[in-house]
Amino acid sequence: MYVVVSFAILLTMCMALARALLGPTVYDRVLAVNMFGTKTVLLLAVIAFFYGRTDFLDLALAYALINFIGVLAVLVFIQSSRDRSAAKVRGDG
Amino acid sequence: MVIDALSWLLLTSGGLFVLIGGIGALRMPDLYTRMHASSLTDSLGPMLVLGGLALQTGLSLETLKLLIILLFMLITGPTATYALGNAAAVSGLTPAAPDLEDN
Amino acid sequence: MLVIFSLFLLSMLVVTAIAIIRSEDLFSAVMLSGIFSLLMALNFFVLDAADVALTEAAVGAGISTVLLLGALALVPNRERNSRRKRYTFVYLTTLSAIVLAISYASFDQPRVGDPAAPVHQHVAPWYLEKTPELIDIPNVVTAVLASFRGFDTLGEVYVVLTAGIGVLFILGNSRTGVLPRRREPKLTSSLKNHLIPRVVGRMLIPFIILFGLYVQFHGEYGPGGGFQAGAIVAAGIILYALLEGEGAALRVLSPYVLVGLAVGGALLYLGVGIACMLLGGAFLDYSVLAADPVKGQQMGIIVIELGVGLAVTGTLLSIFHAFAARDQ
Repeated sequence: MYVVVSFAILLTMCMALARALLGPTVYDRVLAVNMFGTKTVLLLAVIAFFYGRTDFLDLALAYALINFIGVLAVLVFIQSSRDRSAAKVRGDG
Repeated sequence: MVIDALSWLLLTSGGLFVLIGGIGALRMPDLYTRMHASSLTDSLGPMLVLGGLALQTGLSLETLKLLIILLFMLITGPTATYALGNAAAVSGLTPAAPDLEDN
Repeated sequence: MLVIFSLFLLSMLVVTAIAIIRSEDLFSAVMLSGIFSLLMALNFFVLDAADVALTEAAVGAGISTVLLLGALALVPNRERNSRRKRYTFVYLTTLSAIVLAISYASFDQPRVGDPAAPVHQHVAPWYLEKTPELIDIPNVVTAVLASFRGFDTLGEVYVVLTAGIGVLFILGNSRTGVLPRRREPKLTSSLKNHLIPRVVGRMLIPFIILFGLYVQFHGEYGPGGGFQAGAIVAAGIILYALLEGEGAALRVLSPYVLVGLAVGGALLYLGVGIACMLLGGAFLDYSVLAADPVKGQQMGIIVIELGVGLAVTGTLLSIFHAFAARDQ
């Protein structure tokens, strides 16, 4: 029963990876990483049940936290690098 | 027996929605439409999959952990999407105009 | 089933690695390396190594991505065009020869999980047999890491501390010494103006820190321990720094506190070892810490894991502030 779900999630991860490779703008890649992260959380939960080791759900929770923080960090840094290059073009900073 | 069948149904439909989200992220023409595809299914897919898993163990600590994971994903998913959409819009990325050439 | 998982995960890993090397835009390389860390964490998980998977996810996918982005803010965005064409043939031939040699050697490896494999023959059965008797905690990985191989872990904590010291010496502000000066950075965080991430983030930070403490003290019973907990708590404080600006995070935990945490954690670990010597046992022999040797072992493990967690938190946050405070 878990095989079908894990197969679907693995296929979606491949698609997210394809989007990360293809995406023309950097925001496409950030979207792909975010999607990959949430699919990883799901896959961790499904495999934990599949192996019968349900005390591994802590990893899924930690991973969900880290994914969120990672995406916000990327967005802050992209914005600040644009601000910095815009400031350089303007001549100050 | 009934619980197993219901759990199987929830898991499979969750997997189907996750797959739909993946196909949408790959085939949609523009960043905003891709975000739409992936973020909606990132809320619904985990709800179904984690709900299906929770039915397997009944009322126990694992169900509580699964509910916490689900709650966390439901809170942070839309927030991350909002931040991403905002960053893209502020940096000047416009949605692709639909093709209105004919008729 | 393991074969199908591994097939997918490992082929995605190869594709990601090739894409990281070939991409010229460094931001996308950082994104892809985040995906690489996730895939490695999944690989470890599929091979039933939960502690390692948790550490890889927390440190590799979270903290490393943030630190790489901090470094990227200081350098130009695209890779400098090097003269690639000339020796490509030599590199490719050497690489193919190495890959073929390793593939040929891998046919001699025992199957995954084979009980007759040499790696399961020597100390592993002894650890599995002696842990309930000598230490009596359910997670054998923590028992091995903290007690049977405690000296190794002491070395690891000092390596983490040394890395932090190295970064502070290189990136510290040269006018004020090695610690970042307490001042408002010129370009504040762009998320300060957006209400939704700020509210959601502020709601989540106490839970993240609470979860870090849970992972810290639950390390004896399930996957967890000091390294993972330190990374998770550091990630929570980094979230605060991203949302409210780096100056606010420096006011919450000043650089002196961070250095104090890092050094204090490392000294705590060393202090436990010395206390064991003073009480009559060998260095890092926790059995002498209490009247009952098993209780002594458990107490020793809790205290040194706390030391590890403090050291890792302090070091990661010092490194983050050293990157983020520089040249704003």
